[in-house]
Amino acid sequence: MAAIYSLYVINKSGGLIFYKDYGSKGRMDTNDSLRVASLWHSMHAISQQLSPTTGCTGIELLEADTFDLHCFQSLTGTKFFVVCEPGTQNMEDLLKAVYELYTDYVLKNPFYEMEMPIRCELFDINLTRAIQKDRVALLGR
Amino acid sequence: MPPAAPRSGEAIFSSVERVNAELFTLTYGAIVRQLLTDLEEVEEVNKQLDQMGYNIGIRLIDEFLAKSNVSRCADFKETAEMIAKIGFKMFLGVSASVVNWDADGSCCSIVLEDNPLVDFVELPDTCQGLFYCNILSGVIRGALEMVAMKTEVTWIRDMLRGDDAYELQVKLLKQIPEEYPYKDDE
Repeated sequence: MAAIYSLYVINKSGGLIFYKDYGSKGRMDTNDSLRVASLWHSMHAISQQLSPTTGCTGIELLEADTFDLHCFQSLTGTKFFVVCEPGTQNMEDLLKAVYELYTDYVLKNPFYEMEMPIRCELFDINLTRAIQKDRVALLGR
Repeated sequence: MPPAAPRSGEAIFSSVERVNAELFTLTYGAIVRQLLTDLEEVEEVNKQLDQMGYNIGIRLIDEFLAKSNVSRCADFKETAEMIAKIGFKMFLGVSASVVNWDADGSCCSIVLEDNPLVDFVELPDTCQGLFYCNILSGVIRGALEMVAMKTEVTWIRDMLRGDDAYELQVKLLKQIPEEYPYKDDE
C-alpha cells in the first residue's frame, strides 16, 4: 500500500510552520525537519531561476529511488509539500485539500498569528481525517 | 494533469456554510456603532474599519484562491474582474461590475449592485463623514497585497451619503516583483 511519510507547510519566508509524520519510515527530529524545510524553500527558488523559459513556478515533483516529494505553492507564497512512497497517486489533490483545510481551520482562527507555527487542534483533527480518507480511497482501488 | 477549472462565484457561494443575512448585517452594525462610541472621531472609525478589513483580507485571500481554483491573473484588468465576479459573489452573495478604466489600465471602479451591509442603515447628521462600509475597501487592499499588488481603495459613491450606487475605486500603486533575489531596499 502506498504510504505518506510526512507533510510540511512552509511560510513565504521559508520557515517551517507545520510538520507531521505518518508511520515509522522517514521520521525526523525537529532539527532535521527544519533543515529540510529551509533547504526545500531555497531549492524551489533556485529551480525558478534555472528554468530556461519564463513563468516557471518552481519544482512540483521530486522523484527519487526511495521517495517522491510533491509540492504545491499557493499564489500567496505558502508551500505545502508531502513526502511519500514512490509512485503514490493523487497527491496534488491531497495538497489542494490540505490548503483548503489551512484556510478554514488555521487562517480563520482569530488567535492564529500569520506566518507563525500552526498549533490548531481543529486543523490537526481534520487533517488526520483527510489523510485517512485518502488512504481508504487508495486501498479501494 | 490540467489544472482544475475556475469555479463560478455562485457555485462556491451555494456550497459553503452561511449565516443568516440579518445576523450578519446587524453584527456589522453593532461593530460600527461600538467603534463610534469608543473612538468618537468619525475619521478614526473610518481608519479602524479599514484596518480591520485589511486584517481580514490578508487571510481571506487564501480561502478565495483555495476554493475558486483561479490561477495567476495575467494583468490587473483580470484581477479586478475576478474580485467583482467571483470574490463579491462568493463572500457576500452580491454581483459587482468593473467600470471606468483609466488609460493605462491601473485604476478602475467596482460598482456593487447590492450591498447587504447597509440593509437597515440611515446615517445620522452627526456621522456624515463616515464611510460605513470602509471595511470592504480594507479587505480588497489586504487581499491584493498578499498577491504582490499594492493598491489604494477608496469610496467614490455611497448610497448612504445620497449617491445612486456603491462605487469603490481600486488604484494599483505598484506591483512587487516576485522573482528572487529580492532587492535589498524592499
